[in-house]
Amino acid sequence: MDFSVALARKQQTLMQRARILQAIRAFFITDDFLEVETPQRLPGNAPEMHIDAEPSGPWFLQTSPELCMKRLLAAGCPRLFQISRCWRQGERGRRHLPEFTLLEWYRGGADYHALMEDCRKLLSHLVPGGRLQWQGREIDLSSEWQRLTVDEAFRRYAGCSCLEALEQDRFDQLLVEKVEPCLGLETPTLLCDYPLPLGALARRKPDDPRWAERFELYVAGIELANGFSELCDPVEQVRRFAAEEEARRQAGKPPYPVPTRFLRELGRLESAAGIALGIDRLVMLLTDKEDIAEVVAFPPEDL
Amino acid sequence: MYTCSDLKKGLKILIDGEPHVIAQFDFTKPGKGQALYKCKLRNMLTGALFDRTYRSGESFEPANLVERDMQYLYQDDNGYVFMDQKTYDQTTIAEEVLGDDRYFLIDNMEVKVLMFGERGIGVTLPNFVNLRVTQSDPWVKGDTAAGNNKPATVESGYTLQVPSFVEEGTLIQIDTRTGEYVTRVKE
Repeated sequence: MDFSVALARKQQTLMQRARILQAIRAFFITDDFLEVETPQRLPGNAPEMHIDAEPSGPWFLQTSPELCMKRLLAAGCPRLFQISRCWRQGERGRRHLPEFTLLEWYRGGADYHALMEDCRKLLSHLVPGGRLQWQGREIDLSSEWQRLTVDEAFRRYAGCSCLEALEQDRFDQLLVEKVEPCLGLETPTLLCDYPLPLGALARRKPDDPRWAERFELYVAGIELANGFSELCDPVEQVRRFAAEEEARRQAGKPPYPVPTRFLRELGRLESAAGIALGIDRLVMLLTDKEDIAEVVAFPPEDL
Repeated sequence: MYTCSDLKKGLKILIDGEPHVIAQFDFTKPGKGQALYKCKLRNMLTGALFDRTYRSGESFEPANLVERDMQYLYQDDNGYVFMDQKTYDQTTIAEEVLGDDRYFLIDNMEVKVLMFGERGIGVTLPNFVNLRVTQSDPWVKGDTAAGNNKPATVESGYTLQVPSFVEEGTLIQIDTRTGEYVTRVKE
């Protein structure tokens, strides 16, 4: 097909996308969140084994705005949100773009339960009728959302405990092949409490230290958001960053400098919770599009 | 060698010594987890389709396939026999490997044969072939069934839909890429 025709066909979706972004801003501004802009080019990102940053000169493009936003939070801004571009090397699939748009928001003095409630309110705000039609499926946003711990979900859909899966190095494959396709099909699903090693920046559950207070929101089998109660202990954070960095080193990945300022300022934070939500995937769900390339004007192949 | 980042639809790789083509491909990754490469693979020798998911760090041997200009000779008990007109090398391709393509082979037709080593594993046909209708029920006056099409069988045994005015004995042109009727051929 002639490319300009393909682009013209997207016009409707791009208009919907613009309206969704406006509605998201209105939602957070009404709730007294401060919209911030933090630099997109950084000396280094938070080290994570499976997230690779795009180099930009001697620095890197952000993989998420989290470090700078948490510094603002530690400086005393109680509620923050940002809609920004993020880059992750090599990620291109039906649900992935190497350059994508992320919404992040943070609440001081709160834990991950407050974020789950935010998600519920945000989706109701964006879908006033409370029913989402996506690819022939209807998802009810207004009844109580399904809540599953990661371990319950693995036992139910993958036939093993999630710690067994982790030990056998099969966690991600079972998650993608067995668990995710079953999540968020009737109502959205909140998948909660990840094994501690999978929550590098998340707080431990006080009553069971095997788990981190991290959750993911799934709608129609699509991973939409990832949030957690923030780990606010700089000593513990240094230790976890070192472990991720060591895993990266062993895999032959480029090192990221230790984010010393972030670690220093983290000590001022008593408790907080933060979450990242993929805007492109949200637009896919709200416009009934099957492929992420349909909700951006220019996927990388068209550049 | 290929790595996971080379995987894409249409790539041909060796698995257990046999050539496979990636029929469908998707990259996926849980937000904080490892990259997974979901492939639907077709065994190019047997046609069997299956799913396999790879993780980054795996590597793949390319399936080195070449195309050779050959002539179709005849069918025997083992399959369909082709000959390289320069070297006189012959290769036989089994019926199940050729699939529907076998219906569009005409004696002495020049085709491109996809070779895996010394073994032919597929053909690229001309886009159009002419075949004679050997059986088709006559059109009944007043029969206004959808589109005025009716089934017809051609000399190779292939059955397709043709317009109602096509009669037994008519030479018709068929598009080998879609298997569909194109036009009547004037003789």
